[in-house]
Amino acid sequence: MSGETRPHSPAPGGGDGTSGEWEVVIGLEIHVQLSTNTKMFCSCPVTFGEEPNTHTCPVCLGHPGTLPVANERAVEYATRIALALGCRIADHTIFHRKNYFYPDLPKAYQISQYDLPLGVGGHLDVELDDGSVFPVGVTRVHMEEDAGKLVHAGGATGRIHGADYSLVDFNRGGTPLVEVVSEPDMRTPEQARAYLTQLKGLLEHLGVSDVNMEEGSLRCDANVSVRRPGAPLGVKTELKNMNSFRYVQRGLEAEIERQIAALEDGERIVQATVHFDPVTGSITTLRSKEEAHDYRYFPEPDLVPIEIDEAYVERVRASLPELPAARRRRFVADYGLQAGDAGILAANRPLGDYFERVAELSGDARLSANWVTGDLSAHLNSAGVGVEESAVAPEALAGLLALLGDGTLSSRLAKEVFQVMLETGREAEAIVRERGVGQISDAGELEEIIAAIVEANPGPTEEFRQGREKVLSFFVGQVMKQTKGQANPQLVNELLRKHLAG
Amino acid sequence: MDVFSLTARACRDLLGSGEVSSTELVELYLDQVERVDDRVGSFLLVDRDGALAQAAAVDATPRDERLPWEGVPIALKDLLCVEGMETTCASRILKGYRPPYDATVVAKLRAAGLIFLGKLNMDEFAMGSSTENSSVQLTRNPWDLERVPGGSSGGSAACVAAAQAPWSLGSDTGGSIRQPASLCGVVGMKPTYGVVSRYGLIAFASSLDQIGPLTRDVRDAAALLDLIAGNDLMDSTSVGLPAPLVMPTRTDLTGLRFGVIREFLGEACEPGVREVFDGAVAAIHAAGGMCEELQLPSVEKGLAAYYIIAPAEASSNLARFDGVRFGHRSEGAVDLIDMYNRTRSEGFGEEVKRRIMIGTYVLSSGYYDAYYTQAQKTRTLIADDFRRAFGRVDYLISPTSPTVAFGIGERTQDPLAMYLSDLCTIPANLAGLPAISIPAGLSHGLPVGLQIIGPHFSEQGLLEAAYAVEQRLGLSALPSIAEAGR
Repeated sequence: MSGETRPHSPAPGGGDGTSGEWEVVIGLEIHVQLSTNTKMFCSCPVTFGEEPNTHTCPVCLGHPGTLPVANERAVEYATRIALALGCRIADHTIFHRKNYFYPDLPKAYQISQYDLPLGVGGHLDVELDDGSVFPVGVTRVHMEEDAGKLVHAGGATGRIHGADYSLVDFNRGGTPLVEVVSEPDMRTPEQARAYLTQLKGLLEHLGVSDVNMEEGSLRCDANVSVRRPGAPLGVKTELKNMNSFRYVQRGLEAEIERQIAALEDGERIVQATVHFDPVTGSITTLRSKEEAHDYRYFPEPDLVPIEIDEAYVERVRASLPELPAARRRRFVADYGLQAGDAGILAANRPLGDYFERVAELSGDARLSANWVTGDLSAHLNSAGVGVEESAVAPEALAGLLALLGDGTLSSRLAKEVFQVMLETGREAEAIVRERGVGQISDAGELEEIIAAIVEANPGPTEEFRQGREKVLSFFVGQVMKQTKGQANPQLVNELLRKHLAG
Repeated sequence: MDVFSLTARACRDLLGSGEVSSTELVELYLDQVERVDDRVGSFLLVDRDGALAQAAAVDATPRDERLPWEGVPIALKDLLCVEGMETTCASRILKGYRPPYDATVVAKLRAAGLIFLGKLNMDEFAMGSSTENSSVQLTRNPWDLERVPGGSSGGSAACVAAAQAPWSLGSDTGGSIRQPASLCGVVGMKPTYGVVSRYGLIAFASSLDQIGPLTRDVRDAAALLDLIAGNDLMDSTSVGLPAPLVMPTRTDLTGLRFGVIREFLGEACEPGVREVFDGAVAAIHAAGGMCEELQLPSVEKGLAAYYIIAPAEASSNLARFDGVRFGHRSEGAVDLIDMYNRTRSEGFGEEVKRRIMIGTYVLSSGYYDAYYTQAQKTRTLIADDFRRAFGRVDYLISPTSPTVAFGIGERTQDPLAMYLSDLCTIPANLAGLPAISIPAGLSHGLPVGLQIIGPHFSEQGLLEAAYAVEQRLGLSALPSIAEAGR
């Protein structure tokens, strides 16, 4: 692509067109469905994937005469998010009505927040793969309600164009949402993806949302523009509803490419909402902002202002778990982990908890980290399950590491035993005992084997004696072959030197 | 039994003593509806079968096991949701709509054992001052069938005046209980904003709407308000009353100071109304109360502020009538936007459309500050005026309406003249204050109401003062329909 981006660049990066350098400016708006028991303004349960219109009531269907009542737990969850992002919490916050007609919006207005949001002025420290950290400003964190869901029937695409008719499912309508609006602080699609990934990790960590992009409990809109370095901000477009991390990155790449190409052709960018088609990789313009809605925001008269006192904020703050950034620093400082491992473990709360338990039991934090981020994570990823569902409990992994530590198992054997543990859910020690897998650490047994090998290979023995150290590995190989790899390598080395020395 | 002499309390006592059964009482009122409603037109729906079934159930309960008000009938303005009972706001767009739930006030009355006679006519979506904006029918003033009953709770006022129900519920956004009560010669009260739950009241303007009683006397108003008041988990803006109401007993006004709002006695005020009002002031003096004229300079801007705020909220509140989930949906639309346009064009009447347009306009970007923000500031100024006034006096008084009931069709072509009907009542809504209208006398044979406004949550005191004034005023005649209907 012409708007090639520089990966992992925390400094202003961007794209180089044929006519020189372009700087890319990206801001993200994230919608998070809160995992409260009930909806934002009524007592219907929050559900996913149920029979359409089975979790509705007069309130969330917008029947005449009904009134909203704010969900206290949702306010608490939103406060957690705002605090975790370092926002200032408003002591007086109100809801507004955002007015527009659409069949999935039963009241024809969405209850949202406007000029007095719950939280403002936060940031998220985003860590890139190379360990560098760049802060992304968080403009605001506000509360609102989700709309229902349209199902377009007939037609080929499942999209509204060409559909024979449309049905509305209001189960989702009224689900509590939090919107997190970032500052336009990102300069590459990779940065945007890293921000999104780490925001997702944070939200997961806070236990306030399922943060599942495919199911729509985490949704991302991106505002993107390009400009010459140092120039004023360019005209932005809004990429809507990208439902995976990969699509966010690819969509941004495609839109940046389109904008740069257009500008270099002397065209002007028109402020618009655009859609990225992940199948064709192409961008289509949905609607121009010039014909956009006037939402006629005004304060929601059916709800009273929420007054938040210092004591409440402190109570919520005290209930926050250790946040990923702090945990990452602690893992490096206290356990001596590499930044990369610490980052992975801190980003995933259950995985971090698992690691800490293994480290505590095994007494070897770095080894524990290697196993948790390595073999264990590889298995979890391929099985598509979380660490909570792992067949190997932290105690069992620590047991395996103990066998590794006392020399009973080599690294290679330990990996094999670990596979058996994953398959059977049994303890390492039992597997080793039963199958006879375990290192031969009996010096007498090994000495017999080694003596025979040395005797059978006079040529290499002579070479070694003349100082060719490399030949040692030939002998190690022979010993391992005979012992089917079960010999303790350290002991083999030691005994070989003794025997070869003659 | 003379139905015109029956208060709701009298109904309760007759039931309690066993002199009448609930069935007899309900039939008495249903017969009166049958006798006069083809002329008065209060009812949009008479639930004869439902009411008689409810009454039979009451009669089957031993008297000593009944609740105090069990078996007493009531009628409801057609914007209060009753589960399964057609509720239309007198609008084509809600024709056939049967709410899936009871309004909180309806649930309270149901729990207290009251019997619902039916639903009452109103200006469409409570927008109007004469009930002429009903898409269904005219309601005529029981005192003079060529005149309007006022509005928007015209059916609620007329049905009590014509003794078609002992009492009724209405709603008041800018005077919609008090003004028709005044024009029909009954008592009507708008409580402090938040005293009565709005859950199940189909909203006109959420920050102004309150449900309240229309009754034959002040004590019935106290009793009915006590039945419906209360904090409600379904309405965040509800708070209830500081204490349950007790029956007013005060007969003199010694030590009470009343402020006469000078701004409401200007040229808009008819001489005949002024005369009756002066008589009321004299009666207050006679009862030991003190009256002084006060200026509340901002209240004159109330009408202008109201006709920005109320339409703004209404434009949003009425957006849900889009043909998607309930009510009217136009046939033959070619696409979604066309369906919206046709449904709403066919479903709403002229006045409702006018206010939706005004409300949409004043909330539009670029106009919001000039209109909506200014109107909210004015609202604050009006509330400040009242606060200052209540530092000097206990209650404020004025005529409820600048005129007596006007002729049918007289103001329909002149919206501004119609809007002036609510000149004196709107400020109490803007400030959220409780206000009551009681009959103060007749002008050329037509009722004139006295409005008494109190500080927030002063309902008990306000009712006491109104009761004391009522003992000295009262109407000397019955509405003409009483003669004709007998």
